[in-house]
Amino acid sequence: MMSSVAVAATDAHRAVEAVWRIESAKLIAGLARITRDIGLAEDLAQEALVSALEQWPASGIPENPAAWLMTTAKRRAIDLFRRNAMLERKHEEIGRELEEKQMNAQPGFDAMDGEIGDDMLRLIFTACHPVLSTEARVALTLRMIGGLTTPEIARSFLIPEATLAQRIVRAKKTLAEAHVPFETPRGAELTTRLSSVLSVIYLIFNEGHTATAGEAWTRPSLCEEALRLGRMVAGLLPGEPEVQALIALMEIQASRLPARTAPDGSPVLLLDQDRSRWDQLLVHRGLAALERAQALGGPRGPYLLQAEIAACHARALRPEDTDWNRIAGLYAELAQIMPSPVVELNRAVAVGMASGPAAGLALTEALVNHPSLKNYHLLPSVRGDFLYKLGRLAEARDEFERAANMTRNERERRLLLDRAKKCMQG
Amino acid sequence: MRFVILRKSDATMESCAPVTPELIEAMRRYDDEMRKAGVLIAVERLQPTAKGARVHLSGGKYTVTDGPFSETKELIAGVTMIEVASREEAIAWIKRCPTLQSGNIEAEFEIREVLDC
Repeated sequence: MMSSVAVAATDAHRAVEAVWRIESAKLIAGLARITRDIGLAEDLAQEALVSALEQWPASGIPENPAAWLMTTAKRRAIDLFRRNAMLERKHEEIGRELEEKQMNAQPGFDAMDGEIGDDMLRLIFTACHPVLSTEARVALTLRMIGGLTTPEIARSFLIPEATLAQRIVRAKKTLAEAHVPFETPRGAELTTRLSSVLSVIYLIFNEGHTATAGEAWTRPSLCEEALRLGRMVAGLLPGEPEVQALIALMEIQASRLPARTAPDGSPVLLLDQDRSRWDQLLVHRGLAALERAQALGGPRGPYLLQAEIAACHARALRPEDTDWNRIAGLYAELAQIMPSPVVELNRAVAVGMASGPAAGLALTEALVNHPSLKNYHLLPSVRGDFLYKLGRLAEARDEFERAANMTRNERERRLLLDRAKKCMQG
Repeated sequence: MRFVILRKSDATMESCAPVTPELIEAMRRYDDEMRKAGVLIAVERLQPTAKGARVHLSGGKYTVTDGPFSETKELIAGVTMIEVASREEAIAWIKRCPTLQSGNIEAEFEIREVLDC
């Protein structure tokens, strides 16, 4: 008897969490419009969640859980404003406005198109505001828009929960102190702010795609999370080519996830992957998103170019079918708008494939002393590969060993040491 | 986690009766809601089995049987694929389907997690 009650409670708990995943961002966004403070909005939403966790297991999930959560959170807001000893006029007004709106507000999924969509955008832009550090943007985005809990985020990034909780508290404080308005930027500002949003999403994706630290080579749940966020932003800003392009890039890269890990957990590099294991559904979704991005026109942005590169690989049925000349050209175009030694390194790889390892190696020479690549394991890894193909095995081994010492990912380190060993065997 | 949601058919859905514009609009909004939440991978609603067929292989021999099929409860009327964090979230999305929102509805869905291989 006891155990069945416990099971029922756990089931109810999971059901509440599921509703939370679906509703939390809209709830926080709606509350932030009223409170003009996303930190406070999130606290109120959390309190509503706590009430739900207390009440729903016994009462059952209400017919319109979104409305229930919103009503509960708004009541808390009214209580809070009333209780507040420092009660300001502004708060009084908000309190009154809240009471007036209380009964007719029905934030269900019917209202997504209009107001709630705008609030969601405001929330996303605020969580990714440049006043915050990158880590803080990632944490706030996963927490407020992704609906992840602090322990879930901490686990995903292999950092202590307390560190992450602190990061979130500080981020909310920073936003409040900087008086960051709860709004969607317009005009030229939209472009730069949007690129901050997109880079946060892509960073989350990349952390899942190639974990920078730890035992696992990939953490697909983070990729799924990033895709979900990206699709969400794409739904809210359907006319932005770079948003569509980021979706294309992530969907195509995610399509390779099943092929990127060997049964023993070790990484499988792009050209060694069994392409029949690429997720064709994601490939098609990615290529369709790329077509939408291209159709929207405008200047060719960094995500569009990267998505086109990813599409070149996706379209090649066999590795030898890859159009490396085109890829090298796309990297050159990318280097024009986004000059970076990492892009240059990727161009070297493509040139190496198109014109031979000597040409590729030559392009890497200029990068060897680049300060920002000092600890970048892919540089010696790529050079090792070129040197290996050129038969310069002793030099190749040195490069692979150097790369192995640089990576913090255990799986990758072993792969590189294996390659170093192969150089000694001739 | 990726799930396929199979909507079981019923006599109305099998009857080829035209769907009301209101329902079509509600379904469009529902799909859009899932799309905007970033969970929708694919959704297809199926024609009645009168327009379908069954392909059966037995003893090395194929038999093709044209629809309609009678065992309504076993028939599929729609297929949705979503990517969500949990089985519970998949269930929560099902409960929002607009075809379930009016009156005394009998309906069945089957959720199946996609095999990861």
